[in-house]
Amino acid sequence: MDRLLKMKERIIVLFLILCAVLTLFVTVSIIAILLGESLLFFSKVSPVEFFTGTRWTPTIKPYSFGVLPLVIGTLMITIGAGLIAIPAGILSAIYLSEYASERTRNVLKPMLEILAGIPTVVYGFFAFAYITPYLKKIFPDMQAYNALSASIVVGIMIIPIVASISEDAIRAVPRSLREAGYALGARKPRVILTIVIPSALSGIVASFILGISRAVGETMAVTIAAGRTPRLANILNPEDWMKSIETMTAAMVEIGMSDVSGQSVAYKSLFAIGLTLFAMTFALNTVSYIVKMRFREVYR
Amino acid sequence: MKTENISDWLFMMLTFLATVFGIVLLSALLVMTFYEAAGWLDIQFLTSPPSRFPEKAGIYPPLLGSIMMIALVGIFSVPVGVGAAIFLEEYGSGKKITKIIEINISNLAAVPSIVYGILGLGLFVSTMHLKPGIVLVGSLTLTLLILPIVIVASQEAIRSVPGGLREASIGLGATKWQTIRNVVLPSSIPGILTGVILALSRAIGETAPLIMIGAATTIFTAPKDIFSPFSALPMQIFMWTDMPKEEFLYGLAPAGIVVLLAIMLSMNAIAIVLRNHYRKKLRW
Amino acid sequence: MDAIFDVRNLSVYYGDKIGIKDVSLQIYRNKVTAVIGPSGCGKSTFLRTLNRLVELVDGVRIEGRVLFDGKNIFDRDVDPVELRRRVGMVFQHPNPFPKSIFENVAYGPKIHGIKDREKLQEIVEDSLKKAALWDEVKDRLSESALGLSGGQQQRLCIARAIATNPEVILFDEPTSALDPIASSKIEELMIELKKRYTVIVVTHNIQQAARISDYTAFFWMGELVEYDRTEKIFEYPENELTERYITGRVG
Repeated sequence: MDRLLKMKERIIVLFLILCAVLTLFVTVSIIAILLGESLLFFSKVSPVEFFTGTRWTPTIKPYSFGVLPLVIGTLMITIGAGLIAIPAGILSAIYLSEYASERTRNVLKPMLEILAGIPTVVYGFFAFAYITPYLKKIFPDMQAYNALSASIVVGIMIIPIVASISEDAIRAVPRSLREAGYALGARKPRVILTIVIPSALSGIVASFILGISRAVGETMAVTIAAGRTPRLANILNPEDWMKSIETMTAAMVEIGMSDVSGQSVAYKSLFAIGLTLFAMTFALNTVSYIVKMRFREVYR
Repeated sequence: MKTENISDWLFMMLTFLATVFGIVLLSALLVMTFYEAAGWLDIQFLTSPPSRFPEKAGIYPPLLGSIMMIALVGIFSVPVGVGAAIFLEEYGSGKKITKIIEINISNLAAVPSIVYGILGLGLFVSTMHLKPGIVLVGSLTLTLLILPIVIVASQEAIRSVPGGLREASIGLGATKWQTIRNVVLPSSIPGILTGVILALSRAIGETAPLIMIGAATTIFTAPKDIFSPFSALPMQIFMWTDMPKEEFLYGLAPAGIVVLLAIMLSMNAIAIVLRNHYRKKLRW
Repeated sequence: MDAIFDVRNLSVYYGDKIGIKDVSLQIYRNKVTAVIGPSGCGKSTFLRTLNRLVELVDGVRIEGRVLFDGKNIFDRDVDPVELRRRVGMVFQHPNPFPKSIFENVAYGPKIHGIKDREKLQEIVEDSLKKAALWDEVKDRLSESALGLSGGQQQRLCIARAIATNPEVILFDEPTSALDPIASSKIEELMIELKKRYTVIVVTHNIQQAARISDYTAFFWMGELVEYDRTEKIFEYPENELTERYITGRVG
């Protein structure tokens, strides 16, 4: 009887191990598929053309597979979203950890989390249906599809990421550092800005990077609101923000929804973009992790 | 501090406004959405298929598609996710392989959802030769997407079971697995359930992965079984947003959004109620 | 003798709990005054009232008057920021900012308006010398303060407090987290500092109080039991409770 029980347990443990190892398998599969199909793509289209080309027309003759316009598009949205989420996120973190009472915090913090819980399709709808028309009243040149509206909603979407992680970092700063600041005669804003924030910097920077990584990977909001016009926009030109662009993720959706044959080069370009996207978000997440670990402040 | 001056107060106001800025904006957008959805939300909407004609259009097939798919995601993700969590917490803690797996899981949690769509496409459609766009493929893909969330939530639930209970069980002569099955798991179920429901509520809002695996953008019949093609709520919303006629953008899409958010809200509410209920029950 | 602090009927309440009750005494300029008593007797509360740091606690209530240089520090027109420049504080656990040694000491003067680089360097050097730390750190001012030993960090915190050119330095159990050698360096320093500053030290170490102070205040359960010259407190205290605490029979 005992031996049967032992065997049964062994099988169960084996199943458990398989479940855990499955996660490794998932990562391996992602990389294998992206690499595999991308290599097929790069056998037809030179990597140089892909990474340095300035035109993206995979389905219209003459075919061109330069990914730069898409990268610029992604960059625009990311920068725009960052400009909103980073200040709002860090200021929120300061309010929640330094000023808000326990009760207020218990109400506002979950509300902030809701911002991250709304599906991105809904944000895309908001941008396209409400924000763009509203912005049009202020900027008559605003096009129906534009980078600005999409940036705004993506920014709102990632505020909770920045706020939550920054808040944790700020709370970890020991009280006695603040007290030392007050004892030297500093007022609260100065204590916060010159002592608390620098002391929490590694966690705060990590939160920025994670927020940015999320913005890079954002798909539906930008597909709906930012447009499908791949072009080398000028990030520094405000007018370019009011026009349509295309991000890497939107291009992937476009190809995925189109009728191109699964064997065609155009279809395979989808994987090449995917590989680039994966590499970018992986790099950002790794840097964020390193920043958090390596530069973690020790408060003695 | 009793004596504050103007600039102290202004700084505090600035941080407060930043905090509520997003919340206020979102609330305004939601109010506008509900307002426009109001005229379109009725039984006919919930029970009809989509149509070229806005007045006749409904959301029934994608609604059913989403529900079916999520149910399946739950069925797949719970055994695998909880199984992995049990291994990591009970059998593998401290071992090197565990650390590697855990780092890998947190990496997976940060991968954009569209990449999971590509994974689903390459793995389930191309390699395993399943038909694209069917409920099964969608469910499998989203299962992989939410797996990291389920695993981490389950790990936390398992971790919170006090060690003393395990000791008591072992002391009575139970084996490790018996202890897990009879002591650890029952106590962790509330936490696990909460985590799973929250993960499912996230999955139901996902669009990009489903597009990648070939889910239909518009479908007129609800899925019959897991091998049927299907569409999902967010996909239908996406399609309606794109359509030229104004009623689609400013009538049907908001209505669809309200349905989707209502479902998500209910799921979150259930999760929170469950958590609070069991928190009271299981006072250590 | 010149009283720099004149405390009159000071009471501090945390919500309903009493921190200190009806305390009256005078602190004399350029002397070391020790504040002793068992844990929870109110000595830290008393100290933190003198620089109004106690106000940072939620729900705190203060009654009575504290005259600093003749002016009640709780008067509406008294700026706590300016008070804290003149009344500095060193804490129990060394708490240097995670910045360079230079930046730590320069912090106080900077926020009080001194911007000139040369002046700051002068102040930093002067403060570090007065805190008996200059020789050990003069070649590494730009290095992180966290690289110093515990005793050095505490002397750095003293330098940091000195840099604002205060008249009074408050020490809240400054050596309880340090080893004996580092502690005795700090004790020597406190005796030296009284030439230029008024020193008030809260300590749970009775022998330390006896070693370094000119005056001693004994607190018990929120009340000031006895306050007098140190020799008198230790050799022939008037209050029986004081005698029992000093000889270790109670507290």
